[in-house]
Amino acid sequence: MEDVAVIGAGQSVFSRSCGESIRELCFEAYKEALEGLDITGNDIDASVVCSAPEYDKQRSPSGLISEYLELTPKPTFYVETVCSSSSTGLRVAWSLIKAGLHKTVAVIGFQKMSELSSRDAAERMGRGGDIIWESPFGITMPAGYAMYARAHMARYGTTEEHLAKVRVKNSHYGVDNPKANYRKELSLEAILNSEMITSPLKKFDCCANADGSSCVILARGDVAKSISKTPIWVAGLGAATDTMTMAGRESLTGLRCAQEAARQAYKMAGVKPQDIDVAEVHDCFTVSELLAYEDLGFAKPGEGVGLIENKETYADGKIPVNVDGGLLSKGHPIGATGGSQIRTIVRQLRGEATEAQVKDAEIGLVHNIGGVGQYGNVTILRR
Amino acid sequence: MGFENFGTVSFTAEAKVADFITQLEAGKVMATRCRKCGGSYFPPKADCPKCLSSDVEWFEVKSQGKLASYTVVNYGPSGFENDAPYILALAKFDEGIQILARLSRDIEEKDITIGMNLTVSPVKLPEGRIAYEFIKG
Ligand SMILES: CC(C)(COP(=O)(O)OP(=O)(O)OC[C@H]1O[C@@H](n2cnc3c(N)ncnc32)[C@H](O)[C@@H]1OP(=O)(O)O)[C@@H](O)C(=O)NCCC(=O)NCCS
Repeated sequence: MEDVAVIGAGQSVFSRSCGESIRELCFEAYKEALEGLDITGNDIDASVVCSAPEYDKQRSPSGLISEYLELTPKPTFYVETVCSSSSTGLRVAWSLIKAGLHKTVAVIGFQKMSELSSRDAAERMGRGGDIIWESPFGITMPAGYAMYARAHMARYGTTEEHLAKVRVKNSHYGVDNPKANYRKELSLEAILNSEMITSPLKKFDCCANADGSSCVILARGDVAKSISKTPIWVAGLGAATDTMTMAGRESLTGLRCAQEAARQAYKMAGVKPQDIDVAEVHDCFTVSELLAYEDLGFAKPGEGVGLIENKETYADGKIPVNVDGGLLSKGHPIGATGGSQIRTIVRQLRGEATEAQVKDAEIGLVHNIGGVGQYGNVTILRR
Repeated sequence: MGFENFGTVSFTAEAKVADFITQLEAGKVMATRCRKCGGSYFPPKADCPKCLSSDVEWFEVKSQGKLASYTVVNYGPSGFENDAPYILALAKFDEGIQILARLSRDIEEKDITIGMNLTVSPVKLPEGRIAYEFIKG
């Protein structure tokens, strides 16, 4: 059997502006992750801190957060793959445990984006591309995904209405998530009529910048069983990278990094797409969720729209996706997002979700993408 | 001269491939090819990771490309606000490369179709800056 488990997972409220410092923000997620566990900071052997630099001024935040949470003198370090930083952190923590270096590791993700205007944040994200060859043209994350959307539309007949339906679903589930920033149902009309940001993506097709933190605690199997009554096992991990440049992409109708990460994770877990009971996918934009349906094998290439049209990704559908509201409702504090997705799946598999609970969920999947399809991460968890 | 005047906003200047800019000033958009294994690169590489050679030559991207995708950017990031709206596009060329650039302002949005023919051409920007863009044909 799998021998590394998640024993705790927490997150702060995701908000447009948290009004506190990054260390205080991280404390909220850490506290929730430890809730109900009979351990203290002394039992945590190492911490991996995950975020993308340049949103706040703190350099080397891992040391700072380690001090605030009193995790010194245990080792801590920083991991970054932009929007998928905390999934990468989880991969690193898993390896540290598997290698026998540590028994229990905390993965702490955070981002405080409110210190920058949205335009400044967009400039930072534009530099998450190739700064010599592509950033000088004014590329942004939404623009990169918009090009995927346009190509998918041209090839498969996907429409703006199909995209909007993803937000309709996710806004519906965001209502019940107390950790989400946007908790209002959005109508198809409101979404289709929202301001055009980068065609065909409109404001409500986009996730919002946010402040937030997440914390996932991983432990070696025997330790996990002794600490937690409901360990959630890491069954499969996949990670892959595509080119930094758009110029290097082989296809614009799917994310190669996600397809490859999924292939690895399914293989390691010994499961197939149809075995997944509930999934969290990286819906930084509506189109990203549609691409995920296909990249993860929930639908064949070009047929992802059928899942949203037939409501198969609603909580009572064939494959429930983002029933916590997704990034679109929660907000997307870059480094915190992967851990928040893990938290949702852990709660689903434990049957503890206070938002929509998928019945008898046994196997869950997290799909977390860094940049415009640069870093693909897929994690499969099992109860 | 390096990349300091490249695009609307440039973020770094020095690179071994800075000759690209000299040739752009002379009216040509160039890519590199490894003399040893023939691998061609855009963005141009000064080094070939396949055979670890740094013996690369320049060649001009002359073919007719095809539009792979595009987006009209209304929301420009800081430094680009005054350019918006602008159209970012990715085009595929016969030389086995793809290029990301803006579509020329001469092309109207209603005339854009995926797969349309484009060529890449240098463009002078205000304040002595330079880039390349896609034009029709
Ligand atoms: C779409 C975007 C440009 C909007 O710009 P913005 O300046 O943040 O938003 P505005 O100031 O125009 O928003 C004003 C109001 O519109 C509404 N709003 C904005 N974005 C919204 C969203 N995504 N969903 C719902 N409502 C939204 C809110 O009511 C907001 O008020 P608030 O600040 O009190 O929440 C910005 O959210 C953005 O860049 N998103 C993408 C982020 C990104 O690329 N992340 C990485 C992905 S890989």
